[in-house]
Amino acid sequence: MELFTNQVLAGIATGAIYACMALAVVMIYQAIDHLNFAQGEMAMFSTFLSWQMMQWGVPYWGAFVLTLILSFAGGILIERLLFKPLAKAPVLTNVAGFIALYGIINSFAGLIWDFTIKQYPTPFGSSPFLGSQLISTHQAGMIGVTVLLLILLFIFFQYTRIGLAMRAAAALPESARLVGINTSWMIALGWGMAAAIGSIAGMLIAPVVFLEPNMMLGVLIYGFAAAVLGGLTSPLGAVIGGFLVGVFENLAGTYIPGVGNELKLPIALALIITVLVFKPAGLFGRPIVKRV
Amino acid sequence: MSAVEDVVTEAPAVEAVPKRAMTLGLGTSLVVLAALVIAPIFVKNFIIFQMTMLLIYGLAVLALNILTGGSGQFSLGQSAFYAVGAYTSAILMEHANMNYALTLPIAGIVCFAFGYLFGKPALRLSGVYLALATFALATAMPQLLKLGFFEHWTGGVQGLVVTKPDAPFGLKMSQDMWLYYFTLVISIGIYIASINLLRSRSGRAFMAIRDNEIAASAMGVNVALYKTLAFGVSAGITGVAGGLGAIAVQFVAPDGYTILLAISLFLGMVVGGVGWLPGSLVGSAFIIFVPNIAEGISKGLSGAVFGVLLFLVIFLVPHGARQVAMVAQQLLGKMIKK
Repeated sequence: MELFTNQVLAGIATGAIYACMALAVVMIYQAIDHLNFAQGEMAMFSTFLSWQMMQWGVPYWGAFVLTLILSFAGGILIERLLFKPLAKAPVLTNVAGFIALYGIINSFAGLIWDFTIKQYPTPFGSSPFLGSQLISTHQAGMIGVTVLLLILLFIFFQYTRIGLAMRAAAALPESARLVGINTSWMIALGWGMAAAIGSIAGMLIAPVVFLEPNMMLGVLIYGFAAAVLGGLTSPLGAVIGGFLVGVFENLAGTYIPGVGNELKLPIALALIITVLVFKPAGLFGRPIVKRV
Repeated sequence: MSAVEDVVTEAPAVEAVPKRAMTLGLGTSLVVLAALVIAPIFVKNFIIFQMTMLLIYGLAVLALNILTGGSGQFSLGQSAFYAVGAYTSAILMEHANMNYALTLPIAGIVCFAFGYLFGKPALRLSGVYLALATFALATAMPQLLKLGFFEHWTGGVQGLVVTKPDAPFGLKMSQDMWLYYFTLVISIGIYIASINLLRSRSGRAFMAIRDNEIAASAMGVNVALYKTLAFGVSAGITGVAGGLGAIAVQFVAPDGYTILLAISLFLGMVVGGVGWLPGSLVGSAFIIFVPNIAEGISKGLSGAVFGVLLFLVIFLVPHGARQVAMVAQQLLGKMIKK
């Protein structure tokens, strides 16, 4: 029983990271109807930025906040420069654009910081949490930060004018334009927030998977799985999907024989395909009706 | 899309390419063919090897082109089919001592089946969802190949070494040159077959689905059948290319078939021009030679160069090499008139 509780709690902790990635993916999907294949690389780059600042002597939380701001600006910049002109282009062109971005960021991170694996500090420490053996303080910290982030996002979208404007621009762009919302900038804002959320995920997972240019590939696939499971049109669903996927991954690794660390990615693949085949809209998404 | 209704009249996922614009004229084709036949006589073995890889990746890009340019479906997972083809050939040659030429059709059939089966669940997906599922397939493939369960056959992380075949019938020819001509014959065969496929009834069905799925089904096209068929054919050709690749490189290992290969093939298709079959060769040249040049400048730079060039293609010449070829043709026409 203790093994079970332990695995569920560990699953919730990694699930928090998947939830963040899924949330970032959903933010961009809501805004422009495309999956950002470069989301993981953007998060990885942000994490490297924070690491570099810490190397220069900036304290952890200072680097954390600075990275958030830089990622936010970077996300907006990428949207303005590269993806705004592609808004009306076919899906294929957009997919090519995301793939190109993936290649560029991954390659530049390798060029600047090379491909060796680096240690990344945790501000929470790794001692047992509240004296219990079940969960470490870093894992508890991951869950805590994610929950805090969710509450902030909920308040932002539910109770601020700009949050309302963003929801309107995502739901009915034309009507939103008619009431005077600048939908184009709402999309850019969505990109900025997605980049910032992704950077939080990167900085929280880096102490676990270690810092290197390919560290986010697996996390991104799990983030996609979480977003698809929860429904690409529902931020809340993406978060719940993230936690579910994290717990599922850990339990499958513990209790199904032959599924160790080496089958991590195939599990995510199986999960994505299963959900897309049996419930394409996800658990919380709205099904899309095609009108001829 | 947050709107609950999605209007179908929006632009299709892939721009339509007229059937006539998919191939080269007879004269140009013969010139290209002649160049491909004569060139190896004058160059060193290493360059012959690179030309062989050019043809092999050309086949893989062609396969993706049939899928995307023909039937309008995406795949970021071609590396998975390529890997399955490569492993099928390698395992048959090394464990069953089969003749290398005989392993290729088997690799093709295995991959056709794999692609057809993968196409079944993928049927329900379109656009970004399909890209996502195939992306996940490509990332998962190296881990599947490393699996302890298959290790006896696949050699696990170590991979398998494949022996390079000698020229048959006592021909006085280096191994590389023989393999080149062998690959060339297969490539020409597949190229002609692909053109005929796209010109046939099935090809018209593919294109109808690409341009408007609902209209196609209203015309009586069996959408489910043709979509999975396109996946199967594409995977089958990629499998043959993978098998040839394993023989040419003499080695298969899981880390040779990562998502980067899938991205390269996708890039080759976009650069060559989606839906323009001869462009596959241009795209393949691009993905073979550009990384060489980029790595020569600085290690790890190829991803960035790929990315930047891909953006340039998207923004400046969205139809890739086809557009360049057409502009060149027009300019040439004007110069001749003067």
